[in-house]
Amino acid sequence: MTYPRVLLQNRRPDRIATLEEYRASGGYEALAMVLGVGRTRREVAATLEAAVLLGRGGAAFPTGRKMMSVAEDAPFPRYVICNADEMEPGTFKDRVLIHADPHMLIEGIILAGYAVAATQGIVFIRPEYESAARILEREIGVARAAGYLGPRILGSDYALDIVVHRSGGRYICGEVTAQINALMGRRPNPQQPPPYPTEKGLWGRPTLTNNAETLACLPHIVRHGPEWFKKLSLTPGGAGTKLFCISGRVNRPGCVELPMGVPLREIIETHAGGMAGGGRFKACLPGGASTGFLPAAHYDIPMDLDSLRAVGNRLGTGAIMVFDQDCCLVAATRNLIEFFARESCGWCTPCREGLPYIRDLLTRLENGQGRGEDIPALRRLSRHLWKSYCAFAPGAAAPVESLLDHFADEVQAHITGGGCPFGPQPRTPGPPAAGGA
Amino acid sequence: MLPEHIREPLIQKIAAAEHPRELVVDVLLALQGHYGHLSDPAMEEAAGLLAMTPLELEELATFYTFLYREPVGRYVIHVCDSLICWMEGAERLGDHIGRRLGIAPGQTTADGLFTLLPVCCIGYCDRAPAILVNGRAHGPLTPESLDRLLEDLRAKAADGPAPGAGPERGTP
Ligand SMILES: Cc1cc2nc3c(=O)[nH]c(=O)nc-3n(C[C@H](O)[C@H](O)[C@H](O)COP(=O)(O)O)c2cc1C
Ligand code: SF4
Ligand code: FES
Repeated sequence: MTYPRVLLQNRRPDRIATLEEYRASGGYEALAMVLGVGRTRREVAATLEAAVLLGRGGAAFPTGRKMMSVAEDAPFPRYVICNADEMEPGTFKDRVLIHADPHMLIEGIILAGYAVAATQGIVFIRPEYESAARILEREIGVARAAGYLGPRILGSDYALDIVVHRSGGRYICGEVTAQINALMGRRPNPQQPPPYPTEKGLWGRPTLTNNAETLACLPHIVRHGPEWFKKLSLTPGGAGTKLFCISGRVNRPGCVELPMGVPLREIIETHAGGMAGGGRFKACLPGGASTGFLPAAHYDIPMDLDSLRAVGNRLGTGAIMVFDQDCCLVAATRNLIEFFARESCGWCTPCREGLPYIRDLLTRLENGQGRGEDIPALRRLSRHLWKSYCAFAPGAAAPVESLLDHFADEVQAHITGGGCPFGPQPRTPGPPAAGGA
Repeated sequence: MLPEHIREPLIQKIAAAEHPRELVVDVLLALQGHYGHLSDPAMEEAAGLLAMTPLELEELATFYTFLYREPVGRYVIHVCDSLICWMEGAERLGDHIGRRLGIAPGQTTADGLFTLLPVCCIGYCDRAPAILVNGRAHGPLTPESLDRLLEDLRAKAADGPAPGAGPERGTP
């Protein structure tokens, strides 16, 4: 099956698309249209709302609605932030996007900025993406020279500039409010709303934050209209395309752009070259480390928000991490919890204390020292994670809870058999279980 | 003290910023690039430049993965041990590096060339198992390609600028 490519239409194997190449594909026409006909800020937001553009950063919040929550009479200056932190394990789409077509993202940021009357744009980027940061800095300069940025963009009275902000590197910096603290040179702990960042964000001013992939959709929606965007989806409930990152036990790991709603089976068998080594699909995490294990019974599920929600899972970032019959999901969960325990910002107790505890129980199970009572203990501790200060810890609970829901047999086999039924697994990073081997 | 050619542009950048604090990570990375790590005097120097207290900077320097409060080698090797790399052999890779260099994670070789550290998913899961060398990603790696990489780094160090000249960064 081939499908229309939108976000990665100018992707080349070895280099970025230049400004000319982006323009030849219709680039910056949306901006010229919006500024030329003097489309109002509200009209831009309403177009995105009508297109059912939902945030691609993991939380799936409606983009148009978020823009409209910046009040007409809100104070200035206002900020627009492109979230390119992308630290969700399994996720690398923003990296691919920036390396493919930086001007698409730049135009998206300008359009988003226009929709909330922002005068300053910021790309927040993880330090591992230094080459992407340099590409953006250079191409922002190119865009400025061409009149797409700076004072009086394309001769209009709209002014915006964009800077690239390098993070020092921590997962929590991807969370909007923690990111705003990071940008202000504060320790990046989250800040529970209200006030919402769109009301009081960076330096106390209205701030719109969107994921890089979300922003890259804007030029296309503005140019082709909401109906076109909705029809890109294979399923009626979805809209647009999605950048799926496929990794793990497949033959061709990578990032592919596919219509929203494409079946999981097709993604794996057609677009990721099938299961590695002729293995059998056992489960995947459909949207990064903060989503639950999706068992093989759902191998044909359409990959969109509604379908995954209907089975108690989430599309998350669209990072599909694939496991075959030889992967031990207890060990995999143990690895994920090591990630979360390490990256916890430490601000609130359920997360800071709960995660090492869960890691400990999983390590014991994996080492064959587990006991029957560990399973209800894992349940209880996972529920405590939901009482945390930000969405980080509930995300960490997802793999644990889904492990208990869908792979109870596998967990039990570790207890009954006194060890891992899959044989020796790679040593898990992090400390050994307290009092254990 | 920083040499003029690093200090002057920093001072200008800070003076031009509406909120100098927003530059704190940039300033710390610049000092780290020069000194190799953020020693106590470096922290005080950064605090002076930004008109912040050393304690405010300490809150950040102890938080971020890529700010080093302790000396590191000329090449900092971060081995990703998150899920996908772990599935694809990160443990073997990490052990291999450790054996080749004779160090455990967290340690620096006696010649000051290499520091070995674990790191969370670096966003190159499509090239697992992956590592960073001074922020630049490499992968997928085998023990053989890793040996070649280490040899290249040694050769480069032999004829490159003196340690402390700052890490090269970026991945094509
Ligand atoms: C712990 C945590 C980490 C997050 N990391 C990212 C990230 O790296 N990139 C991102 O775009 N959103 C991330 N998010 C989601 C953001 O908080 C926010 O919802 C998103 O950037 C908004 O953009 P969107 O509406 O376009 O998706 C994270 C959320 C949490 C709770
Ligand atoms: S849930 Fe975790 S990451 Fe979020 S505030 Fe609490 S400690 Fe920090
Ligand atoms: S898990 Fe190693 S790069 Fe993502």
